[in-house]
Amino acid sequence: MTQPFRLATGGRIARGREIGFRFDGRTYAGYAGDTLASALLANGVHLVGRSFKYHRPRGILSAGSEEPNALVTVDRGGGRIAPNLRATQIELYEGLTATSQNRFPSLGFDLGAAAGWFGPLLSAGFYYKTFLWPASFWARLYEPAIRAAAGLGKAPKQADPDRYVHQYTHCEVLVIGAGPAGIAAALAAASTGVRVMLCDEQSELGGSLLTETGAVINGKPASEWLADALTSLESRVTLLPRTTAFGWYPDNMIGLVERLTDHVGIPDPNLPRERLWQVRARAVILATGAIERPLVFPHNDRPGIMLAGAARSFVNRWGVAPGRTVAIATADDSAYAAALDMHRAGVTIAAILDQRRKPGPIAEVARMAGMIVQADARVEATSGGKRLSAIGVSTGRGTIECDTLLMSGGWTPSVHLFSQSRGKLRFDAAIGAFLPGEPAARVRCAGACDGVFGLAACLESGYAAGETHTPRTFSVSGAPDTAPSAPPEPAAPHPRAFVDFQNDVTTKDLSIATQEGFRSIEHVKRYTTSGMATDQGKTSNINALATIAALTGRSMPEVGLTIFRPPYTPVTFGALAGTARGALFDPVRHAPLHDWATAHGAVFEDVGTWKRARYFPRPGETMRDAVSRECLAVRNACGIFDASTLGKIEVVGPDAAAFLNRMYVNDIASLPVGRCRYGLLLGEDGFVRDDGVIARIAEDRFHVTTTTGGAASVLHMMEDYLQTEFFDLRAWLTSTTEHWATIALQGPFSRSILERLMDGTDLSTMPHMSVRECHVAGVPARLFRVSFTGEAGFEIAVPASQAQAVWDALLAAGSPTPYGTEAMHVLRAEKGFIIVGQETDGTAIPADLGFGAIGRNKPDFVGKRSLTRPDMLRNDRRQLVGLLTEDPKMVLQEGAQVQILPSWSGATMTVGQQSLGHIASAYWSATLGRSIALAMVSHGRQRIGETMLVPMPHATIRAAVVAPVFFDPNNTRLHTHRHSPVNGAIPPAAGAVPTTTRLNVRAPATATAAIGLALGVLLGSVPNRAVRARDRAALWLGPDEWLAIAPASDPDLRARATAAAHGASVVDVSDAFETIEVAGAQAAWWINGFCALDLAPHTFPVGMCTRTLFGKVEIILWRTATTVFHIETGRSYAPYVRACLDEAARQPTAEKGTAHPD
Amino acid sequence: MLLIACPWCGPRPENEFHYGGEAGIARPPDPSAVDDAAWADFLYMRSNPKGRHKERWRHQFGCGRFFNATRDTVTDRISGTAKP
Repeated sequence: MTQPFRLATGGRIARGREIGFRFDGRTYAGYAGDTLASALLANGVHLVGRSFKYHRPRGILSAGSEEPNALVTVDRGGGRIAPNLRATQIELYEGLTATSQNRFPSLGFDLGAAAGWFGPLLSAGFYYKTFLWPASFWARLYEPAIRAAAGLGKAPKQADPDRYVHQYTHCEVLVIGAGPAGIAAALAAASTGVRVMLCDEQSELGGSLLTETGAVINGKPASEWLADALTSLESRVTLLPRTTAFGWYPDNMIGLVERLTDHVGIPDPNLPRERLWQVRARAVILATGAIERPLVFPHNDRPGIMLAGAARSFVNRWGVAPGRTVAIATADDSAYAAALDMHRAGVTIAAILDQRRKPGPIAEVARMAGMIVQADARVEATSGGKRLSAIGVSTGRGTIECDTLLMSGGWTPSVHLFSQSRGKLRFDAAIGAFLPGEPAARVRCAGACDGVFGLAACLESGYAAGETHTPRTFSVSGAPDTAPSAPPEPAAPHPRAFVDFQNDVTTKDLSIATQEGFRSIEHVKRYTTSGMATDQGKTSNINALATIAALTGRSMPEVGLTIFRPPYTPVTFGALAGTARGALFDPVRHAPLHDWATAHGAVFEDVGTWKRARYFPRPGETMRDAVSRECLAVRNACGIFDASTLGKIEVVGPDAAAFLNRMYVNDIASLPVGRCRYGLLLGEDGFVRDDGVIARIAEDRFHVTTTTGGAASVLHMMEDYLQTEFFDLRAWLTSTTEHWATIALQGPFSRSILERLMDGTDLSTMPHMSVRECHVAGVPARLFRVSFTGEAGFEIAVPASQAQAVWDALLAAGSPTPYGTEAMHVLRAEKGFIIVGQETDGTAIPADLGFGAIGRNKPDFVGKRSLTRPDMLRNDRRQLVGLLTEDPKMVLQEGAQVQILPSWSGATMTVGQQSLGHIASAYWSATLGRSIALAMVSHGRQRIGETMLVPMPHATIRAAVVAPVFFDPNNTRLHTHRHSPVNGAIPPAAGAVPTTTRLNVRAPATATAAIGLALGVLLGSVPNRAVRARDRAALWLGPDEWLAIAPASDPDLRARATAAAHGASVVDVSDAFETIEVAGAQAAWWINGFCALDLAPHTFPVGMCTRTLFGKVEIILWRTATTVFHIETGRSYAPYVRACLDEAARQPTAEKGTAHPD
Repeated sequence: MLLIACPWCGPRPENEFHYGGEAGIARPPDPSAVDDAAWADFLYMRSNPKGRHKERWRHQFGCGRFFNATRDTVTDRISGTAKP
């Protein structure tokens, strides 16, 4: 296949490797090393897209990420469709399939181009002015039509099949931009021996060195100097090509997106498509270069018109001539370099039109080479349809026939990231652009982005930025010495003189905006949408600014710049989401009896991040059938329920009772050892936050339960009060949620079944609301005589590893019926027991729930004072009541409103439109053979006996207000025990044999020595350090907290440590954690996929340990050897942590440079 | 993501921390002795300044301690942290 515009020699392409690709259905050929843009140009294809609003034919303007026109969709098969990719950045691979966008039916013949005829209708602000009436037409007609006509590529409809990952990393120096300044900076920084990273958005590192083919640096051709520099950097610096620094975030955290597979036809399936790096850099060196500005003149957007610097790149880097006959319009010296290089490559230069009256000395060089240079000349018109054919020159100097026009309006330093870092910008009149001023972060700028032009100067400024002590000079020859210029005086407003190519904003639009009275650049931007397209105005902002300045008679710095915001170039949603999708979107927590429930057909529901068994349907049963059967089993025989997800907190210390007495509404101070009490927890504002059961295990030790969803927040709240308000109290907290599995055994047979597993212990002496430590089925347990069902019942807490064995033994001992959360809800609602978060919504106080008398005579507790605020004493507050529908079969909808009946006053009927409350819970009660509901209703208790209305979608339902107890109001069932007729063989408990003892120690400094002695390992005082002694270790977790890890072979360890603690807290959490060991040279790299800590050996040395966040869960991370990390994770989080690590380890280990080159 | 200097653990990423509201709002030692207006003030009224703000943070996924920080609400920069 021919590539008619490919030059015979030159370029960094591999001419031996021809590559076939498709664009808009046609097959073309290019070479390895080409971009889609350079390959299309080699084939003479300039028309690559239609513009956003007017559907004007557009060609390739630039050679880089600033490209506004050449946006295409690439389909890599299998749902891998990416719209709006810049052809100038797409690397060619065999079989690449790209299509143009925003045209119908084809690029060459686009019906949408008719929009151009209605151009005056579509000018700035047309949205606001044109389609005002009628409003309903917006949704049905205007918006769909406008969206269909104006737009970019189409979003793919399938789920993205590619993988994406995140990586946290730290370095001392991050260099952004690998042009001459960036390379020099990296060389200099690397010489100081610190961690250096160098990234560049292009496929090859080198920046302008890839185009400066004639330059000689320190006696070597530029390409050779570059290759040597990269070789020298490779072993010491993390080099990241195809990596865009898209955002600057606080404290020098930089977001990078690395594109790993888009450039290969058949990627390694283990490679993610993109990696999002979050780099914490001590210092950032910006070497982001400059972007060339287009010139603004009528019809400056025809295919064939491109930036001069881009054309120079196509010639020098890719060996492609943009055209046969090229005219050049410039206001800047740099375009001459392009002219000279093209001339040398054999391209006809028709003329150079320099807008300046006095072109620079380089114009003489061009003249001597035989080119026609006209000073004070500008382009006033262009002609041609899908390709430029001629240009009209100012002041009657006629027409020049050409197929290509190169333009240069000067260069704009890329200060995007500097501005994002909140550094101040200063205006430089000589180049007509803004430059970095006073920095607001540890950032240094080098090269063109700092206003430094010329190869030698860029190299020197880069080196100085990388290593500030020893400046170095570079000897350079063969590179054009061109001085940058300010943008030229803008032309008169014209409806086809484009400023912003991507959003089709013209000088006419900007003029309209200023006529409408907009003066602030931020307002003009929003009114005209200038600079608001996906390219964020990279090529247009300064031209827009210059135009507005001229139109409003102000200087450019007076008008000012719009604010730069991330991202620098568009970032895919996939990269932002990373691995947090599908199974890794959130941890999925399984209770200790989850596997059994799964095996027995449970239907699960999500409760927070837990999966809980909702009901256990038998073959042929509906949900209502199953729930009814489970409820009746509890009422008439016995049910068994996994309540393990309830939060548990062990509160220990001499002042533990006093502390809980201050936290809870209920009187805890007087609670005897061995007894339990219901506890209601308020916020300081008096509203109910949580509830649970408080059990006094010993004088100084309490077992406190919380709701499933409240476990973490209650612990946080208690810590807050202990640390910052009640710091006079000696009490310590330890979460034991994951250590204890809790099995509820409820119903009249429960005692009889349980006694069989307790060697004939007589439980008849164990009163309701009591607790004892004992053995159940041979397993050490905490046995609670409590009931959330209204039946006589027990809750048995056993170490989580033993849960299955005890569950099996209970099933064998009396065949209790497993029930799920739905039956649990129904049973408690029949008794009127509230669920925090269901009956309460953050605005309920105890009195609203019928608990007004509790705590009234207690001294202060959290929230008490608020209960006497005027609003809390209002008598129209919503109060908990029961509702019984007149039709007993009708189950109300939770959340439905409650209204009063219509009332008559003479001949006037008042209809109760106003909602007086809402349905909090509604169920079918098999026990009662009818529906029941709990509601929160204004004046509720006064309304008992009234009938109210509940509007539902199909009808308004009448319901009677009743007391919120539907079943056994005198609690006789709590004491109704019956002998279980089933008496199966009782197997010995055979739980997993524990291997590790884990003790959470919380103690003041004065107690640590004695506890350490008892444990056989010192409790260190150095933060975040573990102390090891033989087979055990104590990990510092906080100034009063340690995790002691020892072999389980020492069964008395807890007792000895507790005895030595003298009122400090030692709590067994052996079963709360699982240990995951991550070992290998890549261990830190894998962990840093999910953990933001700096894990370099000098910042996280062997022996360091800490709690931290891993993905979305808490872990304890401990480095036990240079390449070995020990992770302690909550047992329900372990599968998530393992899955995350598996995902991290899927990446091939042959990454170029790990984050931590140890 | 901010880098916050925990007074015990040193600089750590923001995602390990939990914001704890304005610092220096002491719970009255005897709430029953406080009138409704003063109590409402304690519950709800905060200074919400533009600029330097003394606030509480907790190193939740770390040492678990509450500490005080001074943060500029305009620049979102933390100028210092201290043990309470």
